[in-house]
Amino acid sequence: MSAVIRIPTVLRQAMGGLAVLDTDATTIGGVLKQITDAYPVVKPQLLNEDGTLHRFLNVYINDDDVRYLGGVDAPVADGDEVTLLPAVAGGAQ
Amino acid sequence: MARFESVLQLIGNTPVIDISALSPKPNVKILAKLEGRNPAGSVKDRIAYSLIEAAERDGILIPGKPGQILIEPSSGNTGIALAMVCRLRGYHLKVVLPSNVSPERRQLLLAWGAEIIDSPGSEGSNGAVRLAQKLSAENSDWVFLYQYANPANPMAHYTTTGPEILRDVPEITHFVAGLGTSGTLMGVGKFLKEQKPGTQIWAIEPPSGEMVDGLRNLDDGYIPPIFIDAGGEALLDRKVIVRPKESIEWTRRMTEVGLFVGISSGAIMSGAVKCANTIPDDQEATIVTIACDDGWKYLSTGAWSDDIDEVVERAKKIIYF
Repeated sequence: MSAVIRIPTVLRQAMGGLAVLDTDATTIGGVLKQITDAYPVVKPQLLNEDGTLHRFLNVYINDDDVRYLGGVDAPVADGDEVTLLPAVAGGAQ
Repeated sequence: MARFESVLQLIGNTPVIDISALSPKPNVKILAKLEGRNPAGSVKDRIAYSLIEAAERDGILIPGKPGQILIEPSSGNTGIALAMVCRLRGYHLKVVLPSNVSPERRQLLLAWGAEIIDSPGSEGSNGAVRLAQKLSAENSDWVFLYQYANPANPMAHYTTTGPEILRDVPEITHFVAGLGTSGTLMGVGKFLKEQKPGTQIWAIEPPSGEMVDGLRNLDDGYIPPIFIDAGGEALLDRKVIVRPKESIEWTRRMTEVGLFVGISSGAIMSGAVKCANTIPDDQEATIVTIACDDGWKYLSTGAWSDDIDEVVERAKKIIYF
């Protein structure tokens, strides 16, 4: 199986300019491990020391925020698109 | 009653319209609360009035005293609503506005006498918040109500929007609204969870994090203090991104039920449809969405008239949420 990970601009420099990569991981925790194993320098920006998501990192599976789908345990399926985005001030009109 | 002493009495008590004709499932009703009916044209009238009233109650602002200055970051509607209330109360308002909002938003601010301070459009609302914080720190006599952190923001929704929804739609099962300051979701969400605990609260957001420049790393990120204070992560049941194309498509589709609403309302309706699609066929559900404002402020985007791909490209460059 294979899913796609979209990397935000703010992390790309530390990841050799990479914008998209494929993954065979079956959970969000596995996706993040794949990234941090290959690019240890970004680990403090993705995960807290206890293994939970960094407060300013939002991760989405097909545009659904994983914090409400089980966090790092959220399942990733074949064909899914995983998007990493920084938490920023919303429109707030 | 149709006679009022002040335009401020026209804030709230907005109508709710059954738009189930747009529901993807016959067992799911969808209703929209039309916040564009507020006097300055958006849901933000509620919080502007609440923020000013709280500041006056606390003695931070004194009605009638000359020379009082307020500063506030806004991508439009809060600024417009505050400008209207400040005009009535005699306060001078400076709005820190990202340069890439629609020209109509800018003109409405000027119409009610606000002063505009531009912040870089590429930095989005993040940049406006940062600049307002900096200017506020440099000018200690200016009043910074700070909609992202002021409890009077969610309180306005806890005391007005939430009770109105439950009064008009007692059968509500899901509430779907946009996530900006998080004031609407935190205020209405807390009220509904208290009064009708099974109600699901869904947050809809644009992919803002893709569009913001100037972040050095993730530690430059931002979570509204009122979201943290209200325990937002525990209060929400789902949080979903809606992309510009879906937002424009649903803004257009809202005209099928006679509603001419702003682009964020289209985004939230798209989220409501996603929510409806999760309901099993053998289960009844009633979703209430917020239509934050009407479409007038977005005519210059060509959202209803131009080729959709061109509109989507334009929408990526402006703040519409």
